[in-house]
Amino acid sequence: MTLNPKATLMDAQDLTRALTRIAHEIIERNKGTEALALVGIHTRGVPIAERLAELIERFEGARPLTGKLDITLYRDDLTEIALQPIVRKTEVPFDVSGMRIVLCDDVLYTGRTARAALDALVDMGRPGVIQYAVLVDRGHRELPIRADYVGKNVPTSRSEVIKVRLEETDGADGVELLELVDEA
Amino acid sequence: MTGAAGTRAPAAPAAPAAGSPPTKHPRHLLDLASWSADQVHTLFDTSDVMAQVMTRTIKKVPALQGFTVGTLFFEDSTRTRLSFERAARAQSADVISFAAGGSSVSKGESLKDTLKTIDAMKSDLYVVRHPAAGAPLQLTRWTDAAIVNAGDGRRAHPTQALLDAYTFRTSFPGYAGFDGVELAIVGDVAHSRVARSNVELWTKLGARVRLCGPRTLLPDELGERPGVTLTHRVEEAVEGAHAVMALRLQTERMAGGLLPSLAEVRERYQVTRARMRLAHPDALVMHPGPMNRDVEIEGVLADDPRSVVERQVANGVPVRMAVLYTLLVGSR
Amino acid sequence: MTRPADGSEAMSEPPHGGDRPVPRTVLRGARLIDARGDHGAHDLWLVDGRVEGVDLAGDAELEIDARGLVATPAFLDPHVHLRTPGQEEKEDLASGLAAAAAGGFGTVVSMANTDPVVDDPAIVADLAAQAAALGLARLRPAAALSLGLKGERLSDYAALQAAGAVMITDDGIPVVDSHLQRRACEYARELGLVIQTHSEDPSLRQGGVMHEGAVSHELGLPGNPAEAESIMIFRDCEVARMTGARVHIAHVSSERGMRVVEWFKAQGAPVTCEVTPHHLTLTDDAWRAFDPVVKVAPPLRTADDVAYLRDAVRRGVVDCLGSDHAPHTRAEKDRDALRAPFGLPNIEVAFPLLYTDLVLAGELELAPLLELLQGGVARVMGWPEPTLAAGAPGDVVLLDLDTEAAVDPARFMSKAKFSPWDGRALRGWPAMTLVAGRVAFSRRG
Repeated sequence: MTLNPKATLMDAQDLTRALTRIAHEIIERNKGTEALALVGIHTRGVPIAERLAELIERFEGARPLTGKLDITLYRDDLTEIALQPIVRKTEVPFDVSGMRIVLCDDVLYTGRTARAALDALVDMGRPGVIQYAVLVDRGHRELPIRADYVGKNVPTSRSEVIKVRLEETDGADGVELLELVDEA
Repeated sequence: MTGAAGTRAPAAPAAPAAGSPPTKHPRHLLDLASWSADQVHTLFDTSDVMAQVMTRTIKKVPALQGFTVGTLFFEDSTRTRLSFERAARAQSADVISFAAGGSSVSKGESLKDTLKTIDAMKSDLYVVRHPAAGAPLQLTRWTDAAIVNAGDGRRAHPTQALLDAYTFRTSFPGYAGFDGVELAIVGDVAHSRVARSNVELWTKLGARVRLCGPRTLLPDELGERPGVTLTHRVEEAVEGAHAVMALRLQTERMAGGLLPSLAEVRERYQVTRARMRLAHPDALVMHPGPMNRDVEIEGVLADDPRSVVERQVANGVPVRMAVLYTLLVGSR
Repeated sequence: MTRPADGSEAMSEPPHGGDRPVPRTVLRGARLIDARGDHGAHDLWLVDGRVEGVDLAGDAELEIDARGLVATPAFLDPHVHLRTPGQEEKEDLASGLAAAAAGGFGTVVSMANTDPVVDDPAIVADLAAQAAALGLARLRPAAALSLGLKGERLSDYAALQAAGAVMITDDGIPVVDSHLQRRACEYARELGLVIQTHSEDPSLRQGGVMHEGAVSHELGLPGNPAEAESIMIFRDCEVARMTGARVHIAHVSSERGMRVVEWFKAQGAPVTCEVTPHHLTLTDDAWRAFDPVVKVAPPLRTADDVAYLRDAVRRGVVDCLGSDHAPHTRAEKDRDALRAPFGLPNIEVAFPLLYTDLVLAGELELAPLLELLQGGVARVMGWPEPTLAAGAPGDVVLLDLDTEAAVDPARFMSKAKFSPWDGRALRGWPAMTLVAGRVAFSRRG
């Protein structure tokens, strides 16, 4: 099985524009930055949350709180998987109770990651509001989950893969579409 | 809420990033011989995460939901058993406890038969404590479950050593790894599985260990391991050490006549504040518990800020959580 | 009426294997080896339970093709545990004597630490009668040195001897009271009986399950030092010298112990000694797998001890081999290291093991190995030297020195179907054993 590049969905500029728009939407929907916190889901949700926080600070003059969430311990497939995922630290250095939390991730697919993130957040306290921001929504939801903020909607087939690259984690910005192909 | 088939799409969330640990850890935790230093450090990293879980309002994660952990204690120990049970329940595993210290086992039922009866209840992992060295190893031959050794005779107590080293890692001021670290272990070394496992672990991580005790409780063979020195003088053992661990005088394991008198032991081997002045200024005072105050350790020293005994106990849960997580997830 | 304490049949003894007539048998083309030498390939004839002669004429009722095999007197074992009476779940006479025959043994001396203990002439007579009826390996019972093996009062040696006991021993339980040991020796000397000793000082042994040394400290198991053996061997040899009794030191396991025996032999003390197959081939390293199959008393010791024992064998210090075949149920050996009983089964693999590990490895010649299993035992017991001369008892083993086969405990005759040598490829397997002229064992496949 190999992954063949199929198309570039977003280049660096597209990505920045999308995040800029999302930052504005967050400010608008939450009527400012009061009690606002952005929590990024490991791995790429973390730099996304950081960038959104910076953008919001630029536009509003106030920076929302940020945190990092590792959802490994909340996955619903731990009794089945063959490999063992590394567990990383969750760093949410504030009390989530009563806060307006925006969960940030790179791709929304089946919705299971979001469900795990919701469970993790709720175990930490009683958030006032939880919203969900993603860079790419690729469809194929298996749970009743929807994103509040979407960078780009990309209908995909199950044999396709969305690859998000970020400067902070991969050295460059971009979103690519690849195809999973059986070697003949 | 387990997923339907086919949910393992390539864009799965939180998949290990590039550079994840390559070699698979051993199936059991019988001792630390077959665990590499890297695997131990990964366990410590996971323990950090688990420790954090224990600071939240809801001290629970669903990570081990659907797994069953059996505690099989052929030897009494409420503390250790509770620590493991806490570690299992905090990850939503089911726990079945077998106190095999009574009835059929003491009547000579074979170890194998005891296990087979219990194994019918299908646990995924057994935490085993047994008075005979090697018993947990024997059990691995008769079950598919993973085995965690919670102490076998005098041989090994790996989770104790792990929590001891983890305590050092998280409590020593300016901790920068185990290279060059000097650990002193004082007391009844000959009969101590805690001493043996700590020697095995700390030397594996790069530290050096000084063992100290009366001649009758300190066999020469223990000094043949690289990184280990023996001494009968506690001052020599403690000098410059970064951590000093006092061992309980294990009267229940000593065949009589190994010590002339308790008073002499106290006089010559007790870990005291005065003796601790010879150690590194930030040295930690440790004890695997339970303590005999004013026997192997001076009472006031046990309450001193340098004493991390309570932290050792507290760290037992996240370390055991990490062990259970590591051995169970990905095992089926 | 006292009976001769030799390994052959006497008038007062029931016929071995019952009343059925023994077929005139010929073993064709076997390489005949006995204490007199290697006689080359010949036909060996047996009739009426005895060796008839070599290359005779006439018809055989039973003809066996023994070409390529070695024919030699069936082995003697001065030390086996047959667990009868009372512990038949571990072994009984049928399985134990069949196992002995499978190992190439024609006569075994059974130990007395049974339940009840063999300290009563009626038990001795019963054992002898049962065994004779079976027609497998011959049984010469040993009787207890003290009543109930309690180490307090002597049993009735004269009566026991009259009933058929050939040896006096408290094997299993060391005799702690030196005064009792002395009296036992004096009494046995009077009757011409051999006293066998299990020489271990219980106070030094301290509940040790394996040899006390680097390995026991590493594994965290309680140890039993070599000195527990050497100190008691000294005591037993000194009492032998003092009383003039023939004392046989069982299962010497250590260099220290063997040195003590050598010292006393040099002074002319009437002591003999045996070593076991396991003490010649296994070390305490075997414990690393934590399988109590290797739990024996005295324990397996270090490589240095094994080397010293092998050297002692070469120098002729060791009088004979004693298997100390000690069967238990598999369940008992599946207990933990502290609770599992001491002892391992080995009689079926003893010769192939030693032939492969010592003779084929170039450490010992075949003749001295055979001596340890034949003449050596006979001398210790005061029995006639086993030979293939005409008139000798018809106890012969045919050995296949060439075919290699793996140890397969599932096919053991013994009830103890497990072995520390499980799976090992060995040569020198007995192909057939005849006792009193009858086939007592024949290997299939």
